[in-house]
Amino acid sequence: MIPLWMYLAVAAALFSIGVFGVLARRNAVAILMAIELMLNAVNINLVAFWRYSETNTDLLLNGYVFTAFILIVAAAEAAVGLAIIISVYRNRRSVIPEDAHTLKG
Amino acid sequence: MEFFKPDLLPWLIPVGPLVAFLIITLATNRSKMVPATDHHEYGGHHPDYDGMEVPVVTTRSRIFSITIGVIGVLWALVISWMTIGNAFNVHHFGVEVLQSNFAWMDTGETTLNMGVLIDPATVIMLVMVPIAVLMIFTYSIGYMAHDPRQSRFFALISLFAGAMLTLVVADNVLMLFVGWEVMGVCSYMLIGFWFEKESAYKAAIKAFTTTRIADVVMLLGIVYLYMVTGTLSYRDIMYNPENLELLVTTTPIIFGGFAVSAASVIGIFLIIGTVGKSAQFPLHVWLPDAMEGPTPVSAMIHAAAMVSAGIFSLVRLYPLFAAGGDPHHGIMTQPLVFMAVIGSFTALFAATMAVAQSDVKAVLAYSTISQLGFMVAALGMGAYIAAAFHLITHAFFKALLFMAAGSVIHGMEHGEHHVHEHGDHGHDDHHDDHGHHFDPQDMFNMGGLRKTMPVTFWTFLIGGLSLSGFPIITAGFWSKDEILADAWLVLSEYGSGTHGLVFFMLAAAAFLTAFYTMRQISLTFGGDARTEAAEHANLGKGLVSVTMTAPLIILAFFAIFAGFIGVPTDFPILGSIFSPEHNAFHHFMAESLPLPEATAGYGTLPDYHPDAPPFNIIPVATSFIVALGGLWLGWFMYWRKPLKAGEVDPMEKFLGPLHPILKNRYYMDDLYIWLFVKPSQWFGKQVIVFLDKGVIDTILHVIARVFTWLGDLVKVLNLWLIDGVGDGIPIAIYNFGGWLRRMQTGRVQQYMLFILAAAVIIGLVLVVSSGAVTAQ
Repeated sequence: MIPLWMYLAVAAALFSIGVFGVLARRNAVAILMAIELMLNAVNINLVAFWRYSETNTDLLLNGYVFTAFILIVAAAEAAVGLAIIISVYRNRRSVIPEDAHTLKG
Repeated sequence: MEFFKPDLLPWLIPVGPLVAFLIITLATNRSKMVPATDHHEYGGHHPDYDGMEVPVVTTRSRIFSITIGVIGVLWALVISWMTIGNAFNVHHFGVEVLQSNFAWMDTGETTLNMGVLIDPATVIMLVMVPIAVLMIFTYSIGYMAHDPRQSRFFALISLFAGAMLTLVVADNVLMLFVGWEVMGVCSYMLIGFWFEKESAYKAAIKAFTTTRIADVVMLLGIVYLYMVTGTLSYRDIMYNPENLELLVTTTPIIFGGFAVSAASVIGIFLIIGTVGKSAQFPLHVWLPDAMEGPTPVSAMIHAAAMVSAGIFSLVRLYPLFAAGGDPHHGIMTQPLVFMAVIGSFTALFAATMAVAQSDVKAVLAYSTISQLGFMVAALGMGAYIAAAFHLITHAFFKALLFMAAGSVIHGMEHGEHHVHEHGDHGHDDHHDDHGHHFDPQDMFNMGGLRKTMPVTFWTFLIGGLSLSGFPIITAGFWSKDEILADAWLVLSEYGSGTHGLVFFMLAAAAFLTAFYTMRQISLTFGGDARTEAAEHANLGKGLVSVTMTAPLIILAFFAIFAGFIGVPTDFPILGSIFSPEHNAFHHFMAESLPLPEATAGYGTLPDYHPDAPPFNIIPVATSFIVALGGLWLGWFMYWRKPLKAGEVDPMEKFLGPLHPILKNRYYMDDLYIWLFVKPSQWFGKQVIVFLDKGVIDTILHVIARVFTWLGDLVKVLNLWLIDGVGDGIPIAIYNFGGWLRRMQTGRVQQYMLFILAAAVIIGLVLVVSSGAVTAQ
């Protein structure tokens, strides 16, 4: 059986890539995609911990349920995020967040 | 209702006029400003000044004011009569009285009570005051019909009446003093009713100041009385031999070295109060000037209220004055001598001044002073009952005379307007004759008024004869005669010097009274008119003349018949008709003094119940001679040969250099101005220059300097410290904000970097603090 740390390592790597993407990419769509990566890294963690936990039975589906919730939330978030991006684009002809700096102090 | 118990009913007597005062003052004084012109659009006696506006009360408010005022007075009249009826139902009235009181103020060991008391002295006042007030009120309706500020007038008259009735029903000296002072204020406001006129407001101030001087002394007497006895109630002092003896035997704290008792000191202090209020020498100066008020006010002050109040208080306090002596046996006390001397001197002194006056009201004013002197002198020689009797009869005929004189003035003003309107040939003469201003009160402008004003003439004649003491048929004769009879009795039996002085002074004053009264009647009504105004003088027709003549007729009735309640029993023929068993007035009034049985055991107290003086031909003959002689002389000098227009007063020839002295009131006013007014003014000026401008201003300036300097210091401190702090904090916050705002770049990714950094730090802290790192 594949040990737990391998899952965790993959998830950590995926999360780190996501963080890097969020911080480094200029395109808002890409940032959104990086956020998806981070969310899914968390999903891997949830499922892995569920699978390896001692209370794991067929009746307790905590990990699955959480993951399913997160997927749904991620979908909703992507829809809202894309809508915002489109709206910003219509106003500013740009999808680069740095260009939308009206709130700059 | 509870209040209709006989003991409580007197509380209600003053309520009517007082409530009327409140209602009129608060509700029914709507008026509009009307320019005061010489054309008498509003008429009246009000002085006219160009460019001045006067508030003329609207017709509706006027009617309401009069109605409410009359209701108030009627209320007092009805309740008074009910109270008198109750009083006559009391068995042995005088010993038993109607009274009720309540504790008003605790003063240490003693309690000050307020209450009402109905005893014989109160009853006779309750007979006189409400009737006189009602007559004055009725008369005012006509007399004031066209004057501005009428609501004010009726409100003040109501308050005056209420205060007088409070004074009458009071059962203690303090409540008497309250009524006394309220009347003082009312007289001030009513004498100065036409306050646009300089002489009017000056007269008001004079009256107020003069009576005030006396009131302060009186208040001292009241306080001292309370200190010695611990009570101010009449019954507890005047009807209680223990307290009277205590007063006589106490040595006073002041004047102790002069061998006087506390009773004497208190008595003299209280008498001085009356000297001011009832205008006795040397404080009589305010009363002639009080003529500046409207005539109904003069009647109010001189008959029904103010001056009567002074005599009434003496009547009330008489047992105190007589305690320690026995005036009926020629043993005098200091207060009695004081009253006898002041009273008899004033009676004669004022009568001499009245002889030379030319103002119709001034003659009456001096005669009032003179008649009040009769009463004070009567009290001073123990003729307590005669004084009360003269007080009542005088109130009736003097109210009558004043209102008749007011009618004359009113009629003269009427005539004057008539002449003005019909500007015939006499118009120019008129101005030449009388200079810039026509005086409707000057008797030398009158004459012949008996033809145009018959009702006024006959009532004035009745009042004048009563004042003169015309024998048998007038009230004034009986009361004056009783005073003289009392004086003669003690003089002849005990040879008392005081009584002798009183007898001869009063007889002389009575002679002068009859003379100047006849002089006044002759000058006013006799002969032919000396001016055109007098020729056309009349009261007009309609309501005004009715309200002005009806009271005269009613009072004339009293001026004749009020005397018959006090006819001596043994007077030939008449005595058996009017006083078959005893002198009704004497018998009734004597009961308000302590009984002989009560005072028997107290050596210092006299027998307060003297018998009525027996009939003696000498005083009666004196009364006849002085009255008829004075009237005859007046008739001889003035009526027989009436004065023609432009002729001088025969008095001037007769008296020679004395005339200007009398006419100018012995220069008493000038003396007072020189003696008191001028020094006060000088002193006031010095106070202004030295104390006010010199001392006080310097102190104020120094204080001002110090505070200015302190202010500057505080200002610097303010700028430096408080402004520094106050401004510094916002500036710091502003700068900090400016620095902080640079964090807000508007870059989403930068924010996220911060979030990540924060998350990492929080994570590290959690890891370290959970011990996970050290565990490995």
